[in-house]
Amino acid sequence: MSTRKRPLSFYLLAGLTTVFLVYVYAPMACLYILSFQGPEGGMSFPMVGWSTHWFQTLFSGEGQGLGDVPGAFQRSIRLAACTAVLTLVISVTAGLAYRRKFPGSGAVFYAAIASMVLPGIFVGFGIALMFNLLGWQVNWFTSGIGAQLTWTLPFGLLIMFIVLGRFRSSYEEAAVDLGASASQRFRWVILPIILPGVIGIAMAGLTSSYEETARTSLNVGMGNTMPMEVMGLLNAAATPVLFAIGTLTTLISFSLIILSLVVMTQLAKRRSMRTNA
Amino acid sequence: MLSSQTSPSRATIPPKLASVLQVTPMALVFLALVIVPLGLIFVVSFLDYNFAQVFPELYLETWVDVLTSDLTLALYLKTFKFLVIVWAITAPLGFAIAYFLAFHLRSNWLRTLLVTAIAIPFWTSGPIRMVSWVPLLGREGVVNQTLMGAGLIDEPLGWLMYSEFAVLVAYVQMLTMPMIATALNSMAKIPPSVIQAARDAGASEWQIVRDIIFPLVRPGLAIGTIIVTTAIMGDVVMVKFMGGSQVNTVGMSIITDLNAFMYPPAAAKSILLLIVVLSIVVSLLRFADIRKELRS
Repeated sequence: MSTRKRPLSFYLLAGLTTVFLVYVYAPMACLYILSFQGPEGGMSFPMVGWSTHWFQTLFSGEGQGLGDVPGAFQRSIRLAACTAVLTLVISVTAGLAYRRKFPGSGAVFYAAIASMVLPGIFVGFGIALMFNLLGWQVNWFTSGIGAQLTWTLPFGLLIMFIVLGRFRSSYEEAAVDLGASASQRFRWVILPIILPGVIGIAMAGLTSSYEETARTSLNVGMGNTMPMEVMGLLNAAATPVLFAIGTLTTLISFSLIILSLVVMTQLAKRRSMRTNA
Repeated sequence: MLSSQTSPSRATIPPKLASVLQVTPMALVFLALVIVPLGLIFVVSFLDYNFAQVFPELYLETWVDVLTSDLTLALYLKTFKFLVIVWAITAPLGFAIAYFLAFHLRSNWLRTLLVTAIAIPFWTSGPIRMVSWVPLLGREGVVNQTLMGAGLIDEPLGWLMYSEFAVLVAYVQMLTMPMIATALNSMAKIPPSVIQAARDAGASEWQIVRDIIFPLVRPGLAIGTIIVTTAIMGDVVMVKFMGGSQVNTVGMSIITDLNAFMYPPAAAKSILLLIVVLSIVVSLLRFADIRKELRS
């Protein structure tokens, strides 16, 4: 099989895939390189010397028009952490409900799909409007987290469907036959099997919360979140500071992705070792 | 969490009730934060307003304006133009790359690596990805410098950045990935024996793609299309930045009204947008059962 001659289509498609990857990564690569631009340099090539000047400007917070980047970062992280935990708990619980048929299952499922496909500004506007009519102040802790949940929960539920679609109910039935209580079944049978998926839900919640603007922007109240801050900087301070922010955020999200991938593969390995033993 | 499962004595809660209790928190979130606000938007779209506030009086002019103005038509035509162009690029591209990954690559290791490489940019910051086009497409960007260096143009091309072209470039960069993912998901479910049988019967590669793979991947492409549709129809962030505030779409016009505190027109436009998006989604769902697609 492996000695079979590759057809022409292989080379054409390999070329296409390569061109696509260049298209996706070239701008990012330029951004990383330009974030080390010298103090005199601008937002495009050529490089006027190499330096960490723009990172220093970012951390000192004294750049021209440089708003409140550390504050925005803190707000975003705080919001993302709360949203991720809530997404995790609510989606896992709801996902478990879907192991059997129950009244209202279709309604909740279609509400989730609707919540996902509704234009973000529409949902954000609706929540802000509701708070306005009720006379409540929009605030990151109430309307902010709420607005983000409308975006992260549908993904959490869909991931649970994927995870539980692969879950063999015979495992749980065996536990029932052996006399395990519901909490024992969850703790010792279901949770270990779905754990990689559960971590995936938390990661998806964390990253999509950190990214979200359309629903969040009208609902966080005082102070910008990080994506809003970056959009503001685009208009106020078009300097390589923006690229320094880009390099740093990419570094953080890469570390998070790699960390969760490592944890997930470790869990999968441990499980397969145990079942093979 | 799991109130039903932590009860000390066994078989106290019927399974159906347990399921209902488990799904309640999620149902409440959707009810309070999606369905109630949706109703409010609907109501507000029929109310009278002035520059500062909304009055509880019936006022139908807003809807008459929205439904009869040429501007609405122009905005939808512009937004649909983006949608059609982006779909016409991302669907074949996504299908081709997914086909390459699923049926041409023999090394599992390389496949995982490429899938990860394609997926990672999707998880990196949206605004940052948009900023990263400036050094490439800007007036002094790499593309303009290269073209001028080669003597092909005398002065920098202005339409590369902050234009409709730039919006399209950013859309395609972001939305090809969901097409690849959904197509790949469908392709992974095709048993290799089916392809082998067709090959043994003398089918050419093109015949296999056209008569076997494409029909089986259609549900995946339908879901990818739903993602592309909702992303573009509801987008304001990309259009605003990549278009340099020069390009006006349906979403942008809603934002403009919101910034001017003109809530009823914003509400009416939102309801109209919702109806349009949901009709497209519902008609696409005829090609795909989402819950079935997720099962492996």
